[in-house]
Amino acid sequence: MLTQRLLLSDRGGMLVLGLVLLMAIIVPICNLALPTSSPFYISNFTVALLGKFLCFALLALSVDLIWGYAGILSLGHGAFFSLGGYGMGMYLMRQIGDRGVYGHPELMDFMVILNWETLPWYWQGFEMFWFAALMILLVPGLLALVFGWLAFRSRVTGVYFAIITQALTFALMLAFFRNEMGFGGNNGLNDFKEILGFDITAKTTRAGLFVASAIALILGYLACRYIVTSRMGRVLIAIRDAESRTRFSGYQVESYKLWLFVFSAMLAAVAGALYVPQVGIINPGEFSPLNSIEMVVWVATGGRGTLFGAIVGAFSVNYAKTFFTTFSPETWLFILGALFVLVTLLLPKGIVGLLDKLVRRKGDKA
Amino acid sequence: MTTLAQFRETWRRDRVFDFMLPTPEFERPVDTRHGPILYVEDVSVSFDGFKALNNLNLYIDDGELRCIIGPNGAGKTTMMDVITGKTRPDTGSVYFGQRIDLLKLSEHQIARGGIGRKFQKPTIFEALSVYENLELATAADKRVWYTLTRQLNGEQRDRINEVLIQIGLVDKRHSNAGELSHGQKQWLEIGMLLMQNPRVLLVDEPVAGMTGEEVEHTANLLTSLAGKHSVIVVEHDMAFVRSIARKVTVLHQGSVLAEGTMDQVQNDPRVIEVYLGE
Repeated sequence: MLTQRLLLSDRGGMLVLGLVLLMAIIVPICNLALPTSSPFYISNFTVALLGKFLCFALLALSVDLIWGYAGILSLGHGAFFSLGGYGMGMYLMRQIGDRGVYGHPELMDFMVILNWETLPWYWQGFEMFWFAALMILLVPGLLALVFGWLAFRSRVTGVYFAIITQALTFALMLAFFRNEMGFGGNNGLNDFKEILGFDITAKTTRAGLFVASAIALILGYLACRYIVTSRMGRVLIAIRDAESRTRFSGYQVESYKLWLFVFSAMLAAVAGALYVPQVGIINPGEFSPLNSIEMVVWVATGGRGTLFGAIVGAFSVNYAKTFFTTFSPETWLFILGALFVLVTLLLPKGIVGLLDKLVRRKGDKA
Repeated sequence: MTTLAQFRETWRRDRVFDFMLPTPEFERPVDTRHGPILYVEDVSVSFDGFKALNNLNLYIDDGELRCIIGPNGAGKTTMMDVITGKTRPDTGSVYFGQRIDLLKLSEHQIARGGIGRKFQKPTIFEALSVYENLELATAADKRVWYTLTRQLNGEQRDRINEVLIQIGLVDKRHSNAGELSHGQKQWLEIGMLLMQNPRVLLVDEPVAGMTGEEVEHTANLLTSLAGKHSVIVVEHDMAFVRSIARKVTVLHQGSVLAEGTMDQVQNDPRVIEVYLGE
């Protein structure tokens, strides 16, 4: 019953999940087991890059869930992603111990530079992984709860909601830039040594993080499918298409939006937490509004409101970004802008919609 | 002296404070011992100085089919907004039965409690199938957790099939609601109201844009609903009103101008002046 509902009825999703699963098996094997001289060897760089893409795909999923299904356009999802990242970063910083440049047993290097005497209260507990993991979910979740409660209760929707989420992530960026905040200011958190006792630069740890990201993506996808195929999912579509009708049908629209927003924020936070150990740094730049806009472009390019389209979009746009920023860095922003315009004008259903059309046309001819 | 007077005014001995009132309970049957199911009394609403409703008084009996007519801007839609909780009036009171104060409830509570509303423009969920539209409207637990984890039970599914027959959309059950014709959309919306098991149905211009045959079908549908439900129809189409109405209320400039049977109303000189005699 449940597999039918979550997977079998969703062919595109099965295909994409199959590819993710395949990647989770093949990439670590080709990286660890094959000699560097082998033509099938996958370099450490590629593993890190694909791992990053997996996290972005999970993030795109969280954006598609609220935008594609409930019509809530958030241009500030980078805030939740970054908060999750900072949560993981704080755990990794506490693992450094006295191996920092200044060798202080408890304080981070940037705290020593600021002449701080003791560890701030909000850094307490982050030496324990379970506590950090809990905070990675709770802090962004709570922020989404309070922010969403205020916004949805006042019936802020559409562009206005997009603008205030943008303001939220911008405000957080400015706050995290300040040294007094105690999150490393401009430099953010970096120079990590180990995670759960494993050397963070080791090949096996990298492969493990890669597999963890793939598993998180698959589980996140299934959770989102569970939501959108339930009666709640249909209520969300109803809210997206005719909000007042839904209200007059007896649904408390605000609470639906609120809980979905909180869930989506937590999903984004998990993506952020998996992202940070793979790239080795988190700094306030991740909060930048531009990042949050890019996430929406991934979803729009892949195909809004399909879930798997978000994964396709995250991979293809980020692949293009890697390609163009390597060969001609100046043009990337223009390409991104052009992409957004073209997708909006020509491909309202994104890549997934285009493929769907092509498959159908072929079917008609045959 | 003035302080004392003010004190007395605030802490009147004959008054029950709002926060001490029991919360309205929809679980118990609506109290209609005195006849009316809906009391709209002295309701005034103004938007930027324009009085949309001006001391409106309206009583709807249990099981009645009432038509409300009036020229554009007479306050018909505003009246519906007030009853369904979308607009809060400046003054006046709106009661559902003897006990339930609708002005204290929000839209979804009023809808759950048994007042259904159909919009002027057919408003359905176009991306969903006809069946799913009715499924969403079903009177079931509508809190987030229940809709996430529970399916409808057999009884509720039977009810959907019943309503599908009633609105004549059985063979369209799996079609996309967006593909329906205009008239079918109107019926689907009425069907969605029925799924809520409402005591009162507010129907705004149900036959706008319908063909003659569809109008007839709609008239039959609405008259068959009266009795079990109270139906309030707002309509411009005079022929349609004549074919279904037992009692007609004429609104003009936000208050009731005349009330009675269609013939009485049509012969009322004031009504002729403002509306029918154009």
